[in-house]
Amino acid sequence: MTELKYSKDHEWVRLEGDVATIGITDHAQNALGDVVFVDLPEPGRVVTAGEAIAVVESVKAASDVYAPISGRITEVNSALVDDPALINTEPTGSGWFFKIEPDGPLPEDLMDADAYNAFVDTLG
Amino acid sequence: MTDTESLLVTPLDALHRELGGRMVPFAGYSMPVQYPAGIMAEHLHCRAQAGLFDVSHMGQAELVGEGAAAALEKLTPADVQALKPGRQRYGLLLNEAGGIVDDFMVANLGDRLFLVVNASRKHIDLPLIESVLPSGVKLRPLADRALIALQGPAVAALVPTDLTFMGIAQIEIAGIQVLASRSGYTGEDGLEISVHADQAEALARALLAMPGVMPTGLGARDSLRLEAGLCLYGNDLDETTSPVEAALTWSMGKRRRVAWDFVGADTVRDHLDNGVKRLRVGIRPEGRQPARGHTAIQQNGAVIGEITSGGFGPSVGAPVAMGYVARAAAADGTALDLMVRDKALPARIAAMPFHPHRYAR
Repeated sequence: MTELKYSKDHEWVRLEGDVATIGITDHAQNALGDVVFVDLPEPGRVVTAGEAIAVVESVKAASDVYAPISGRITEVNSALVDDPALINTEPTGSGWFFKIEPDGPLPEDLMDADAYNAFVDTLG
Repeated sequence: MTDTESLLVTPLDALHRELGGRMVPFAGYSMPVQYPAGIMAEHLHCRAQAGLFDVSHMGQAELVGEGAAAALEKLTPADVQALKPGRQRYGLLLNEAGGIVDDFMVANLGDRLFLVVNASRKHIDLPLIESVLPSGVKLRPLADRALIALQGPAVAALVPTDLTFMGIAQIEIAGIQVLASRSGYTGEDGLEISVHADQAEALARALLAMPGVMPTGLGARDSLRLEAGLCLYGNDLDETTSPVEAALTWSMGKRRRVAWDFVGADTVRDHLDNGVKRLRVGIRPEGRQPARGHTAIQQNGAVIGEITSGGFGPSVGAPVAMGYVARAAAADGTALDLMVRDKALPARIAAMPFHPHRYAR
């Protein structure tokens, strides 16, 4: 299994070959609470790192999900439409959001697991 | 998360932390929004068995002296004087313009009235009430009392009482003297229990030790009350909204609607006689996407209202909302568009409650 990289917006990125799979972290799903709805981007859309491209709604609030890298959306996880709770139960597995074909190398500011955990600790 | 030092805490603060409560600021207090089970599980558990809520942030007070009920009636169209000993009622405090200053509960305890007002409004309500009292009537804030709600279908067997819906009495629970009313804010049967702050934690622990009682946070309290069609002051009610617009005309006594002897009566009477421009209604979005408070409501491209409370209803299994719409669009079944992130989300006006009330009438 390829090592995950993490963004400060609490997304994870798993680059396998030419395609990066992206979801939200366990910390993020725990902070959101029970997810009841997800709005996913259109496959084929070209996105820029930092752009809000999906929405996740929990019982209590709505949150944007950002593209952690620039590129083209190749696929979205349609299983989340009928079973958004997968985001809570398997955030880094079957609860993935979308796949992006990056238009270049991964950004330098993505963190490894240790750096991300340290970052989460600073949030109190 | 920020500025926690300035927040007030309830007598159950240590217990919340011990239970893993996620503490958030609410109306100036540090309160648990949820426990480790999560909002969905807490909500569904309350409907299935019993949930325990700390609502000690709410304002409790006594009104004592000859003429207390008549004095309170200057500020509310509720029939307080007709309230029999041992009975409680829901009411609205109004301003000069007929707007709602707060919604509250008033009980007749025989020798005094017992009031419960919203946490976010107690600093306004109590001085307002004090300002209309004759010399013989005294308002006593009960700052040394906690308030615990025990809600759900299991409560009647766990804590048997002689109370019927909206009945109130001094009783003993687990050896502790309390003032309990058969009422709540979830649509379920249950009790609201006023207890001395010193004994609040012991009482809460005794209740939580009963089979099927789960600690339940403000998140589930909000989704439960929304499914029950109950208003949250500050979201669904405010000083610019009249009881008629808020569809709370039922809370006004018949005698009061003959005498018109309360503050704001001219506006309320006008709204009843000539109709209102907007009305509070229930709204069901199609699909699974919730529409939150402040979402604009459109019909044929024109804005006709706004969502005031909205979210996902765990027992309904779908999003639910309430809000205000133009009176012509207020009939059940009327099709609307909710403008969520610049997209039109189809929805319909729907009857409330969204989940049937199960009070012990």
